[in-house]
Amino acid sequence: MKLTGAQIFFECLKKEGVEVIFGFPGGAVLDIYHEMPNHPIRHILVRHEQGAAHMADGYARATGKVGVCLVTSGPGATNTVTGIATAYMDSVPMVVFTGQVPTPLIGNDAFQEVDIVGITRPCTKHNYLVKDVNDLARVIREAFYLARTGRPGPVLVDLPKDVIQSSTEFRYPKTVNLRGYRPTVEPHQGQIHRAWELLKTAKRPVLYAGGGVIISSAHKELLRLAERLKAPVTTTLMGLGGFPAVIKKETGERVLHPLWLGMLGMHGTFRANMAVQNCDVLFAIGARFDDRVTGKISGFAPKAKIIHIDVDPTSISKNVLVDIPIVGDCKKALQRLNELVEKEPIENLDELRFPWLDQIRQWRETYPLAYKQEGDGIKPQYVVEKIFELASEDAIITTEVGQNQMWTAQYFHFTKPRTLLTSGGLGTMGYGLPAAIGAQVAFPDRLVIDVAGDGSIQMNIQEMMTAVCHDLPVKIAILNNRFLGMVRQWQELFYNKNYCATCLDASPDFVKLADAYGAVGLRATKPEEVEPVLREAFSTRRPVMMDFWVNPEEGVYPMVPAGKEISEMLLV
Amino acid sequence: MSMNRPNGSKHTIGVLVENQPGVLSRVAGLFSGRGFNIESLTVAETNEPGLSRITLVTTGDQHILEQIIKQLNKLINVIKVFDFRDTEFVEREMALIKVRAEQHTRAEVLRIVDIFRAKVVDVSPHFYTIEVTGDDGKIQAILELLGQIGIVEVARTGKAALARAKKH
Repeated sequence: MKLTGAQIFFECLKKEGVEVIFGFPGGAVLDIYHEMPNHPIRHILVRHEQGAAHMADGYARATGKVGVCLVTSGPGATNTVTGIATAYMDSVPMVVFTGQVPTPLIGNDAFQEVDIVGITRPCTKHNYLVKDVNDLARVIREAFYLARTGRPGPVLVDLPKDVIQSSTEFRYPKTVNLRGYRPTVEPHQGQIHRAWELLKTAKRPVLYAGGGVIISSAHKELLRLAERLKAPVTTTLMGLGGFPAVIKKETGERVLHPLWLGMLGMHGTFRANMAVQNCDVLFAIGARFDDRVTGKISGFAPKAKIIHIDVDPTSISKNVLVDIPIVGDCKKALQRLNELVEKEPIENLDELRFPWLDQIRQWRETYPLAYKQEGDGIKPQYVVEKIFELASEDAIITTEVGQNQMWTAQYFHFTKPRTLLTSGGLGTMGYGLPAAIGAQVAFPDRLVIDVAGDGSIQMNIQEMMTAVCHDLPVKIAILNNRFLGMVRQWQELFYNKNYCATCLDASPDFVKLADAYGAVGLRATKPEEVEPVLREAFSTRRPVMMDFWVNPEEGVYPMVPAGKEISEMLLV
Repeated sequence: MSMNRPNGSKHTIGVLVENQPGVLSRVAGLFSGRGFNIESLTVAETNEPGLSRITLVTTGDQHILEQIIKQLNKLINVIKVFDFRDTEFVEREMALIKVRAEQHTRAEVLRIVDIFRAKVVDVSPHFYTIEVTGDDGKIQAILELLGQIGIVEVARTGKAALARAKKH
């Protein structure tokens, strides 16, 4: 039986197990929307296509499944570009379907025509323009395969209107055959042995884990290796949740895991940065030596031999030369290493490791993460601490970008993978709210909180309506400092306090705004109001926007000025 | 451990690609987007249907070259990358040279054509168009000699390269 392109589209999505599409209709995709009611798929109607892309991204990060969005041609397509680039930088599996003008009109500057395949070439893992309905099923099959395998990433499929309208026999390919795409997943055993030889003799090892640990679900293997080696662990922003920052004592009290160093880099902890700068073996696991991690690159981990596992060979020795490269899946590589460690446990490990762990303990005690509670204003760090205290253990936290993001990374102690969704690579303001909505769609019963700033929340605030419409009870905690805080902090420190264009004294009344959207608005202006507001928000089954009036001049510390070595931290 | 990016020497890389729309743009975009240089680039179909071969010449140190090769391999439409650094290979380029050929210089132009085993492919009252094939040195040499007579226009193909077959 012949099916139309639109019908084939839904049959393919069914085969891929897609349950939800984030989308916004328009002329070029009307045939798909016309067909949609005949299929048991959930559609989340967004208010802006950028929101659709971030929602699919948040859904994908929270679940590990491929996020899907569907938008029309022209502006519908270009509006997804920031969302696609965000997903690309952070290796998020996503398939974006864009409408396109009919094939005879392509290149004619037709109404709502744009070369979206050309535009997104550098920010997708791969992309396709489907010119023949006979290619449609194969292309969709390949798109999903590419999105979720190897180093995951967004794939865009451009669908001209006439292709969607024409018909053909539907056959879903059983296998994918891409001659130029064979990612190396199984690590080279010889390299694993070399890594083990080095780790075995290390006196001051540090495990430096990135988003790869989350993506490959290697958190258990990482914990196991860290414990077997008694090696301290730091993670990147993307790696938070890949190692349990705190453990529960029998009394129920949560204390820092003794091997946990905290995040490293520009706003890393004192002990994490000092440990990296003084370690003799640095073991990078699914991390990519981003400039926000390394600081001045020639001075990064100067005493260390470096081992690096990554599924993407281009990440290895890109910024920092590596002594032992291992191309492959983090989880598989760590499993192989754990087998070796268990076969041949290190003798007198406690004794061997004591001086190093003791040094780290001293660093932690000398400069713990801290802020001063002074006056009767709310400190933003206090809000994050309270969120951590009151949120359930399986809560999903999203952030916007800037100070709110860094305070969350510092003061919320993540213990589980896929509980922090944040735009790490691209640094996209406006990511947090739609990402939270995407996560809430996947997990309707979990607490999902967007930690936001008063600046970034306004970049995709229209998605409040999506949350309310679809009964998605996300909680938004705005750390309202009436500034574009992180930029202001740079101006304060490096631009002679010239606060040009960073003051946001004119913002909407967020409580009234929440009300206007049909959500709940709450406000706290004093420290003692923080906890009651959070308690009320967390016990409400509706979207809640919390407006915390925090100290406008608070900065994020420690801070490594750009271009400095990461041991050169400005402390409070 | 730092890696700066000084201009290194020239390298020739072969890239076997699927003959898909946009593939050239993916390769070229990779170079411009990541700040790599392209000195020359040629592309044409191979004997295998659906596959094309790109030969490109780039500059950079070993580290940059390593990145270029990895990044090329990462492109989905790239089937194989030929790194000629440690391989014997042959490379050739073709140039069409339109040179001024008046009464008193015609004989000299033809002598040069002969020496370089080049060919005259178009003749007009005042100009010859010459076809010459060779490696970089040969093309440079003929351009220099004809330049003294008067070159009007040059079109060069850029290099095509293949690894030498193993002798044993």
